[in-house]
Amino acid sequence: MTEVGTARRRKEDARLLTGRTQWTDNMQLPGMAYVAFLRSPMAHARITRVDVSAARGLPGVIAAYAGADFAEEQGSLPCAWPVSEDIVIPDHPPMAVSEVRYVGEAVACVVATDRYKAADALDAIEVDYEPLPPVLDMNDALTEGSPKVHEAGNQAFTWRLTQGDVDAALRDAPVLIDRTYIQQRLIPTAMEPRAVMATSDGESFTLWSATQIPHVLRLMLALTTGIPEHKLRVIAPDVGGGFGSKLQVTAEEVLCLLLTRKTGRPVKWTESRSEGNLTVHHGRDQIQHVTLAAEADGRIRGLRVELLADMGAYLMLVTPGVPILGAFMFNGIYKMDAYDFNCTGVFTTKMPTDAYRGAGRPEATYAIERVMDELAAELNLDPIEVRRRNWIRHEEFPYTTVAGLTYDSGNYEAATDKALSLFGYDKLRAEQGDRRDRGDPVQLGIGVSTYTEMCGLAPSRVLGSLSYGAGGWEHGSVRMLPTGKVEVVTGSSPHGQGHETAWSQIVADALGVPFDDVSVIHGDTAISHKGMDTYGSRSLVVGGVAVLAACEKVKEKARKIAAHVLECAPDDVEFSEGTFRVRGTDSGKTIQELSLATFAAHDLPDGVEARLDADATVDPDNFSFPHGTHLCAVEVDTETGMTKIRSYVAVDDVGKVVNPLIVEGQVHGGIAQGVGQALYEEAVYDAEGNLLTSTMADYLVPSAADLPAFVTDRTETPATSNPLGVKGVGEAGTIASTPAVVNAIVDALRPRGVHDVQMPCTPERIWRALS
Amino acid sequence: MPRIAITVDGIAYEEEVEPRLLLVHLLRDRLGKTGTPIGCDTSNCGACTVLLDGKSVKSCSVLAVQADGSAITTIEGLAANGTLHPMQRAFHEEHALQCGYCTPGMVMAAIDMLRDDPEPSEESIRHGLEGNLCRCTGYCNIVRAVRRGAQDMAVKTP
Repeated sequence: MTEVGTARRRKEDARLLTGRTQWTDNMQLPGMAYVAFLRSPMAHARITRVDVSAARGLPGVIAAYAGADFAEEQGSLPCAWPVSEDIVIPDHPPMAVSEVRYVGEAVACVVATDRYKAADALDAIEVDYEPLPPVLDMNDALTEGSPKVHEAGNQAFTWRLTQGDVDAALRDAPVLIDRTYIQQRLIPTAMEPRAVMATSDGESFTLWSATQIPHVLRLMLALTTGIPEHKLRVIAPDVGGGFGSKLQVTAEEVLCLLLTRKTGRPVKWTESRSEGNLTVHHGRDQIQHVTLAAEADGRIRGLRVELLADMGAYLMLVTPGVPILGAFMFNGIYKMDAYDFNCTGVFTTKMPTDAYRGAGRPEATYAIERVMDELAAELNLDPIEVRRRNWIRHEEFPYTTVAGLTYDSGNYEAATDKALSLFGYDKLRAEQGDRRDRGDPVQLGIGVSTYTEMCGLAPSRVLGSLSYGAGGWEHGSVRMLPTGKVEVVTGSSPHGQGHETAWSQIVADALGVPFDDVSVIHGDTAISHKGMDTYGSRSLVVGGVAVLAACEKVKEKARKIAAHVLECAPDDVEFSEGTFRVRGTDSGKTIQELSLATFAAHDLPDGVEARLDADATVDPDNFSFPHGTHLCAVEVDTETGMTKIRSYVAVDDVGKVVNPLIVEGQVHGGIAQGVGQALYEEAVYDAEGNLLTSTMADYLVPSAADLPAFVTDRTETPATSNPLGVKGVGEAGTIASTPAVVNAIVDALRPRGVHDVQMPCTPERIWRALS
Repeated sequence: MPRIAITVDGIAYEEEVEPRLLLVHLLRDRLGKTGTPIGCDTSNCGACTVLLDGKSVKSCSVLAVQADGSAITTIEGLAANGTLHPMQRAFHEEHALQCGYCTPGMVMAAIDMLRDDPEPSEESIRHGLEGNLCRCTGYCNIVRAVRRGAQDMAVKTP
């Protein structure tokens, strides 16, 4: 059985390479109308008048509505993660009715016969606003007398995790590192803008959306709009990237359902990029105050984290849960006895934040990996050495961390040794010393990041204990067709990850069928009736394992039928490479022959149904814990502040690998996104709360010219928590790379007295840090 | 309304268009050529790149009326008789796409780049594709694919 582990080229590629794709915006239905939204130009204002009457009379305009027209039916956009009992979850109308709280919030809409006419008609809508003060700075927002985003105030919640006596650990500590880091606000920027199409026959509704979460979305839309769940079908067709940004229940999805009901027509809405920058949920945006106490030899005594997390104007699907996921990761791969994490969620008049690739874990990893470098500098130790003195040794697994997670497996020594060797660490250190001695205006910096992450979201019991509204299981089903071909239905919902290929590899090995005989179906609640969708590096770890479990059930059914056909006891049947044989004989039947026999059903054993298919719902026992060591060398021009990544080595341990090609691609893309945060990307609001980075011309997504070739390799320590031994890889690169790059920049500049550069580390910021 | 004549992937069309209609909207909404997607509204991302009389253009930045009399090649017109273009095949072999949304533009831009530089270095590939953004791949495999595609195209057209 050789499919798992081979670099199969992807099944998905054929349609994507030839333009025969099904992006949501590609679709048209007879009579379909186009929707355009008028959006608030004010960060915070009372709406005193909306007049859509002039728009209604324009050619091609079918309807125009204001928020008040939806007030009775639009409900409130859901937050599924009320992290504390006293959390403030403000009402969040999909279309603002009386008050707007961020620039871009929808205040009116037009339905027209084409997209140009819809956009034209927006100009004819009149809206009067009474300005209210914006709330933009988290620290200011928490002061007494600050203007309020919501009546209940600007604090959404506080949340604490504490273990051991941190006060004692910090008291009289030989070394105390006290730092504040800013996790700037990011715009996820999936290449496919969001799009929604909705239609109804008057009773049942179908919604197509560029979403990562068709199943969660169906449930949440049913709860929000009151459309009965069984009358609502949600389809995620080809989806062009997500990175968490399409893990959402959006205003536009709700409103398109309501608009198809109101107008009696199919409707479609597609955002422009500048509309998306304003209104796709943002990521990160935290202020991290971190205090690390250590012994004189560098061993960590304890860690305190005081976190402010910007929620934006409302709590969306998992907004408050994002920093809480990070709570379990600030300790990283290190041993310590005391840990105290305090988080305050803060409302501001900005676009809400929510999950963005890594969701809480990159932020936490950044802080601990930056602080470990600071500790090394303080003690004049090599940053690798200070990590060695603190990390969990491979023989200590399974290991329960100070944050309460049990890491099942890992080998930080092996990954680090491999990375150091690929990187040429000692040689680069020598070159760095030489450049320092020479006073070279271009200094070399070396950055280290030894990360881990919690993936495979998630054990349902753990999610329940953290007050999340749903479970973390995944569903898969496998059905043998009469010709012996195999249909697999998965509850996870890919948007670039390659499920169709990887799941085919798993099934091919499990059932002994050819790779090409397997097709994988997903993303349509009418076909894939049950699922928890794709996020949190969970698809393979939970969804792939569910498909494998379904294969095992199919084999058990087939074994009974084989025994009957072969006239022996089921226990005497052995299965190998697609054939059921009577033990010790050549007499056997292939799974394809048994599929046909089951379809014909002429001679099945008593009590056996005429179907060779099975479902499985798998709930993981534990998270998975990928880890790795990333090393980055940067050249920093101290005269201009320009940074150039000279080399980048990533050695990741994602457990068993189903498809090395896909794994490498995920690592490459992840690193690029993390580098984006380190060097280029930032969502900037001005003093009035206008987003200054509302287009791709202002928000800098890295191009090919901005990035180097990444050197990637792996170690392989299988996860013990699932039968595939897999850990997940979707977020690893992003989590690891941001601190590796910034550590390298600071390392280059440390002899000049620089101990931090705020992200993104632009030439200007570096130049100012040196001035 | 202006009337234009345009050939798209070998098929001739005559269309009455508003002067403001973007070429990409003509392709997608009127002609059903949805293989060419739209990724931005500032001509930064390059997802909508097509060949206009053999040269790459961002079809969101061209008016349909400007394309009057032209021949357009989109990603849908590259494969001949069911055989992938060498650049398409190279993207497949090198795993140069994940979600695939940028892929049509990336492939078209790569093909155009090779007209001027048939044996590009890694650096010139990276600069040549600066106007095409990808959020999934980190570009490593795209660079490999373009180099491989260039080699395969050189073999095909001596």
